Amino acid sequence: MMHIENALLFLVLAPVIGGLVAGIDRKITARMQGRVGPPLLQPFYDVGKLFQKEQILVAPSQNFYITAYLVFIVVSGALFFAGGDLLLVIFAFTLAHIFLVLGAYSSYSPYSFIGAERELIQIIAYEPMIILSAVGMHLVTRSFYVADIMAAKVPLISYLPGVFIGFLMVLTIKLRKSPFDLSTSHHAHQEIVKGVTTEFSGPMLGRVEIAHWYENVFLLGFIYLFFAWNPLVAILVLAIVYFIEIVIDNTFSRVTWQLTLKSAWIIAGLMGLANLGILYYLSGVVPV
Amino acid sequence: MITLPFLVVFPALAAALLLLISRDSWRRLVVWAGAAVTGIASLSLLFITPESGPLFYPVGYEVLSEGMFVAELAIAVFLIYLGIKYRKYLAIFLILFQAALLVFFETGRGSVLHHITPNLFIDQFSLIMALIIGIIGSLICVYSLGYMATYHERHPNVPDRRRSFFFLVFIFLSAMFGLVFSDYLPWIFFFWEITTLCSFLLIGYSKTDESIKNAFLALNMNILGGIAFAGALLYIIAVNPGGELLHLHSLIQSSHAIALVPAVLIGFAGITKSALMPFSGWLVGAMVAPTPVSALLHSSTMVKAGVYIIVRFAPVLTGTMEGLIIGLVGGVTFLLASAIAISQSNAKKVLAYSTIANLGLIVACAGVGTYKLIWAAILLIIFHAIAKSLLFLCVGTVEHRIGSRDIEDMTGLIVRMPRISVMMFIGIAGMFLAPFGMLISKWAAIEAFSDAQFGLAFIAILAFGGSLTVLFWSKWMGKIISMCPVAERVENNISTEKWMVLSILTALTVLVCLIFPIISAHLIEPFVLAVYGQTTRLSQDNITIMAMMLFLLMIMPFSLLLYRNDKRIVPAYMGGRPTTADLTFQGSMGIQQHVGLCNYYFEEVFGEQKLFMAGSALCFGLILLVGTLTAGVAL
Amino acid sequence: MSYLSRSPWLLHYDASSCNGCDIEVLACLSPLYDVERFGIINTGNPKHADVLVITGGINEQNRQVVRNIYDQMPDPKVVVAVGICACTGGVFRECYNVVGGIDCIIPVDVYVPGCAARPESIIDGIVRALDILEAKKERMGKPGGTGPAGSPAGGAQ
Repeated sequence: MMHIENALLFLVLAPVIGGLVAGIDRKITARMQGRVGPPLLQPFYDVGKLFQKEQILVAPSQNFYITAYLVFIVVSGALFFAGGDLLLVIFAFTLAHIFLVLGAYSSYSPYSFIGAERELIQIIAYEPMIILSAVGMHLVTRSFYVADIMAAKVPLISYLPGVFIGFLMVLTIKLRKSPFDLSTSHHAHQEIVKGVTTEFSGPMLGRVEIAHWYENVFLLGFIYLFFAWNPLVAILVLAIVYFIEIVIDNTFSRVTWQLTLKSAWIIAGLMGLANLGILYYLSGVVPV
Repeated sequence: MITLPFLVVFPALAAALLLLISRDSWRRLVVWAGAAVTGIASLSLLFITPESGPLFYPVGYEVLSEGMFVAELAIAVFLIYLGIKYRKYLAIFLILFQAALLVFFETGRGSVLHHITPNLFIDQFSLIMALIIGIIGSLICVYSLGYMATYHERHPNVPDRRRSFFFLVFIFLSAMFGLVFSDYLPWIFFFWEITTLCSFLLIGYSKTDESIKNAFLALNMNILGGIAFAGALLYIIAVNPGGELLHLHSLIQSSHAIALVPAVLIGFAGITKSALMPFSGWLVGAMVAPTPVSALLHSSTMVKAGVYIIVRFAPVLTGTMEGLIIGLVGGVTFLLASAIAISQSNAKKVLAYSTIANLGLIVACAGVGTYKLIWAAILLIIFHAIAKSLLFLCVGTVEHRIGSRDIEDMTGLIVRMPRISVMMFIGIAGMFLAPFGMLISKWAAIEAFSDAQFGLAFIAILAFGGSLTVLFWSKWMGKIISMCPVAERVENNISTEKWMVLSILTALTVLVCLIFPIISAHLIEPFVLAVYGQTTRLSQDNITIMAMMLFLLMIMPFSLLLYRNDKRIVPAYMGGRPTTADLTFQGSMGIQQHVGLCNYYFEEVFGEQKLFMAGSALCFGLILLVGTLTAGVAL
Repeated sequence: MSYLSRSPWLLHYDASSCNGCDIEVLACLSPLYDVERFGIINTGNPKHADVLVITGGINEQNRQVVRNIYDQMPDPKVVVAVGICACTGGVFRECYNVVGGIDCIIPVDVYVPGCAARPESIIDGIVRALDILEAKKERMGKPGGTGPAGSPAGGAQ
């Protein structure tokens, strides 16, 4: 059932892909703003630099939490690409983020503290929709295993359009882009300094960045599942989706946490639940 | 087989002895011995439990049933006396009503029932419950020794009634054993009433106005459940004058048509006992009692009696509208209690609402009642009992050291009480994080609901409620581990007894996660198989991965040891202001300013009052609905 | 060339500038100058920054703050004083509350004069600072070379 080789590929390739995607993102964003923008490989330079810097700490335990964050992001992604149980993947993913939040809490700093609280709000905003997505995929394919979902002969998207839209909301939150960059921002502009990452510096911040790359690749993989029946279409959709995210990022300003939570839950309810409800109702006709 | 009656009788004997002893050293000895014997005896049950199906143990003493009836009347008289003393007329009315039903039942069954031999029995589910009661309950008893001594030092105006305290605690254990081993419904009812009585007296232990008020609240609600239970007995007698169906197992195996009405009535009793909305008020109020009482009520006894009986009746409820609605009561409770917990800063209240939420989840599983869900429900019962007792005892210990049970006062607890904090951390992780216990069961529940009838409603509840749980647990965790470096260490003077109990519970929290496949294979799956004819488990792949995750989590803290300590430590960023480690800085005009960090509580979104009203109204409506449906069936 | 000079993250601090230089610093981020071409990002957090860009001179209110921000930056780090006030105190030098240029509190690596400093010269100053950043990185691992040149040992305030 498990495809260890895929997991290993993920371990090696995900940072490369994640970094490249981030580089393309920055380039496109710059072009949208009428700028030249940084080199394509800029994210790699940034992380490379962070690892060359001195490690300063507020509390030594930060190091433990951030290492755990990176490790469990990698574990959840590897598990996903190995074809493991989608729910377990999601739980490991949540666990990883709890470690990030704990790392921020541990430093006893006002900015990272508020960032941590906001990160938690983001987690509860997107978590229901992720679980509903997994359940939706199970409804169509009768399996929670990514491997089985990948092997499905039917286009999941035609059964789960609402869930797909709901998942785009998750992606918008998780990419740390406007309008939902509450806890920390992908960008240079700051609201609460740098939120959760305020007290992480040098190599530790580098690890957070790498974890973010892994995470993005995992999320893109999740979107891929909706179109897994045709890889070409899937990759095209990934490109379009990411481009739309960049457009959203560049056209919206940051919203409050209330609006984030409300809109995320309403979309999870309206799109996700309604979609699943209809599927449930029609479940007699869903091919297995 | 003698172990079964032994476990029921022995704690009661120990209790009687404790009532007589007033010397502290003797009491210590008896409690230790009583707890040790109870624990070992319940462990020994592992060897006598059959591989499949229940094993019956007839108890041919008719006089026992008569005695129980007399005892019930005596309890009623005692409660009425207390009701008059404290002028709680509603309680008196309810007690009288229940007693009348009982007398009616006893006279109604008359001589017909004399040929019925009450049974004790044991199967895997009873065994699991017995282990929870025997091990966790005993540990809490031992912990109480140290706690109550400190408690009375701290509360000099509370009269020292430790004799009756330990008496009640041991009687409680005895009653719980009786409840899970009895097959004869009137006996179950008797033990049920004993737990009501004990919890009532324990909640009112300090005899302050507040505790008396809350004790009567608990009494009223539980007697309401008791009335429903008595109603179930009467109904069985009415449709089955021979009384064979008074046996739990024959009732469950009888036809849906007969068993459904008693199942719903007893299910209602279970809902009151396990404090689902709209009856959640009593469990929240119960935290006025000394902390070991809360631990006892919340983890191993009392509320677990409620879910125990509902899980027992799950095969009757499954697939019925009534079962679905009872499940929904649980589901709504899970969702709203989790939300309310977010708005609470009192640690015990957070624990109380999380208990209510988890009981709701168990009832949701049992109400829908497919075999996969029962598997998940039993896992939930196990994991919840261990982690919750650990958390309550940790909070109790912390409260005695720092003089507060407010989460806001636990800032930087990791610096002040490192060992306790780590235990608390593990306990909280056990409540919501992968790969620990509660999450395994939640996961199993999601998988099971996605195959169940109307499962989508429950999946939605789990998805949203589950994320709320993440919020309130993590922000508590965050408070504990904040490194506020100037705090003073106050972990000395905690007795070895407490350390021992806390360490065992911590170890159990982790151990159970490691060996849960074994527990599942040898205890839960045979039970589910025996009842439903099919069973479920987590796949081998997933178990391996979970074990690996747990292993990772256990080795990762050692990275702290490898970490070189020559790193430069800088203070937190405070907008550039030079700040001390506890966040004091020189403000403008040269005034010393202090920064305090306080969690979000989202009062206006997750306010207790608002959500409790909504939940109560909703659950009350659902219960009315199920009542109407059942009345339709009954008539 | 190591990664350091390809990804310098700035922290801009306004000590007691008249805002003239500040506007020019921000102009560097605009599409016309677009310093992100060089991988430069304007962070708001000393713990993420490599280059401390200060406008305006030191006064009694902010001397501690400047020192503190500097201490909170991880090594290697460089300081760029932008504008004549930051370099020497400028026209405010004689004021009762002004201490002087940035270099009377922390070591300055590059001086960008001007009133206000032009964006071109600011960018030029920062790019020159990158070489110094590289040189400091070289010195970091070696004995006696942990801190930046001329600075007292970092850490305590």
